[in-house]
Amino acid sequence: MEPFFHASPFTGYVYPNETIIPWTVLIVVYPYLTGLVAGAFTVSSLYQVFGFQRLKPVAHFALLVSLCCMVVVPIPLLLHLGHPERAFNAMITPHTTSAFAIFSYAAAFYVILLVLETWFVFRPHIVRQAQQRTGLLGWYYRILSLGSYDLSEKAMRYDRKWIFTLAIIGIPGAHGLHGYVGFVFGSLKSREWWSSDLMPAIFLFSAIISGTALLIVLYVISCKLRKVPVDVPCLKGMAYALWGFMMFTLLLEGVEFASLVYRGREGIDVIMEFVKGPLVVPFFILQFGVGSVLPICVLTFLIWRGTSGNTLVTAVALCAFLVLLAVLMMRWNVVIGGQEISKTGKGLLSYHPLIFGREGLLAAAMVLVTPLVLLLVMVRLFPPWDEDTTLATSAAGAR
Amino acid sequence: MEENELEQQDRRDFLSCLGSALACGAAAVAASALAPPATAATAATAGAKPPAIPGYDWSKHRWGYGVDATKCIGCLRCVEACKKENNVLGDAHHFRTWVERYVYLEGEETARIDSHADPVNIAASGSEGEYRFADRYKDAKVEKAFFVPKLCNHCTHPACVQVCPTGATYKTEDGVVVIDHTYCIGCQYCVQACPYGARYFDERRNVTDKCTWCYHRITKGLQPACVEVCPVGARIFGDLNDKQSPISQFVKNNQVQVLRRESGNAPNVFYVGIDKEVI
Repeated sequence: MEPFFHASPFTGYVYPNETIIPWTVLIVVYPYLTGLVAGAFTVSSLYQVFGFQRLKPVAHFALLVSLCCMVVVPIPLLLHLGHPERAFNAMITPHTTSAFAIFSYAAAFYVILLVLETWFVFRPHIVRQAQQRTGLLGWYYRILSLGSYDLSEKAMRYDRKWIFTLAIIGIPGAHGLHGYVGFVFGSLKSREWWSSDLMPAIFLFSAIISGTALLIVLYVISCKLRKVPVDVPCLKGMAYALWGFMMFTLLLEGVEFASLVYRGREGIDVIMEFVKGPLVVPFFILQFGVGSVLPICVLTFLIWRGTSGNTLVTAVALCAFLVLLAVLMMRWNVVIGGQEISKTGKGLLSYHPLIFGREGLLAAAMVLVTPLVLLLVMVRLFPPWDEDTTLATSAAGAR
Repeated sequence: MEENELEQQDRRDFLSCLGSALACGAAAVAASALAPPATAATAATAGAKPPAIPGYDWSKHRWGYGVDATKCIGCLRCVEACKKENNVLGDAHHFRTWVERYVYLEGEETARIDSHADPVNIAASGSEGEYRFADRYKDAKVEKAFFVPKLCNHCTHPACVQVCPTGATYKTEDGVVVIDHTYCIGCQYCVQACPYGARYFDERRNVTDKCTWCYHRITKGLQPACVEVCPVGARIFGDLNDKQSPISQFVKNNQVQVLRRESGNAPNVFYVGIDKEVI
């Protein structure tokens, strides 16, 4: 039988109840996923709203990525809850002062928005499939068309307006959603490691880089799988965005850490002990060194040298992959790190994740893989690559 | 052609309805996000009232708790009584109340702190279900030492109540923070939010749990179990509305302190005889 709980070893003095770490690796995965949602949506909006034409090849793909990640977001939370069957209590009788209760509304609102926008974008494809296909898939597309088969220029113009509007609302929607996740942690005064006004901003910027990085990786892989050449201007556009947002993220993280140390409030000695000890590998080596500084240097070099061709594609994809790992490590260092520093300010705990079980590493890995599996199905149902299947739209087109 | 127009009109109407619904939703979310945290307790208690306890009127009491650390001898009867009375998990990781030991050794500026849940003390007791403080400083020169009993502070502005997404944990009108175990979803946000480490997750029932000042006892005119068994009177409990109650007298006759005042939680466990090192 699986034991009831797993107590963490500690040094110094920690409160007796703290020896069981409340939030596990699943709560690392949860903000990581919402971050990918917000980041992928940002790339989509850069095209849909701000008219960055070079991002056109991934704009619709980005929407699908965002949607696939978003529908998986509740899973790690539900797996973590002691009573997942009561999860809707938070929506039926929300306690309005709780960041969590509001999150469920914000998330529901955003899912609806995302589904609507995806529907409008892929409506031409849905209508054509509904008219051409027979059998089960035909029924599927006919139901999805909601009975509207009008693809006239007038109707398209109307749809474009909706896409534009939804994309605009989606910007504060997606970013608000993820900023909120930062607030869930940053607003807790009980933990010095989390309690920072900069937390929502840090979460937001790291979200944007993770989403952009995921799109780069998936786009390059998809091109290889489809055996089509990678659109280099598009890839470069994403690489520029990644570079720029990474600078912001690093700056914010630096400022946050500096002010934490400079303020030097109660418990700072233990925090410094943590930083110099258990945090060296996950933070300084993995998150900061390999995941942030290395990709920034490589990207800078590529931009400076004007590298092109296969070298550029491979190098950018590898950098993006490293950034994805760095952001995962960042979530780990925030969520787990915060709990490893005792509330007493006089002790450190060490979290040892389980492999199996509801809150184990395997479950977390499966949650992370699920959006990719979903995406495999989605790109078949709604091909984001063919221009004539989707509504080619941008800010310029909508106005 | 006309039919086409009509269909399009229908779609337009449907979509504009949906648009307004989305906008309303966003506004509601924004509005509720701005609600001030101070209303947390009132919001929780303003809803459906829990079933009344016969012969007890919660609006007539304001419970308070005192700890006289100068009296505590670290016998841990309170911890054992609490575990039995409240059916708390019988191990070294789940406590509604616990006792900390602060020891200053000669030549050291900071206190060495442990609780009965420390592995050394558990090894000395021989079982995770029995508690004692090991005589671990017998070969050292102790300059100063004292015990500090800890429990939920039943704060006036409880951070745990503020963050609970369902309102399963709430503050009663008589000043006790309790949990509705049939409504708790087990997210453990409250465990994170409590600055005192007073909450834990009960893995048997998959809900969070904490000290209730033995609400089932105090509403019948009894003392909390820990207060009842304390052989030296280090734990004091009573009604702050009653000027003659032990707690009112304790607060009146002593210069009392609270833990982590800077948290803004306004705790309601009042301490006498604690030291700068007490956290």
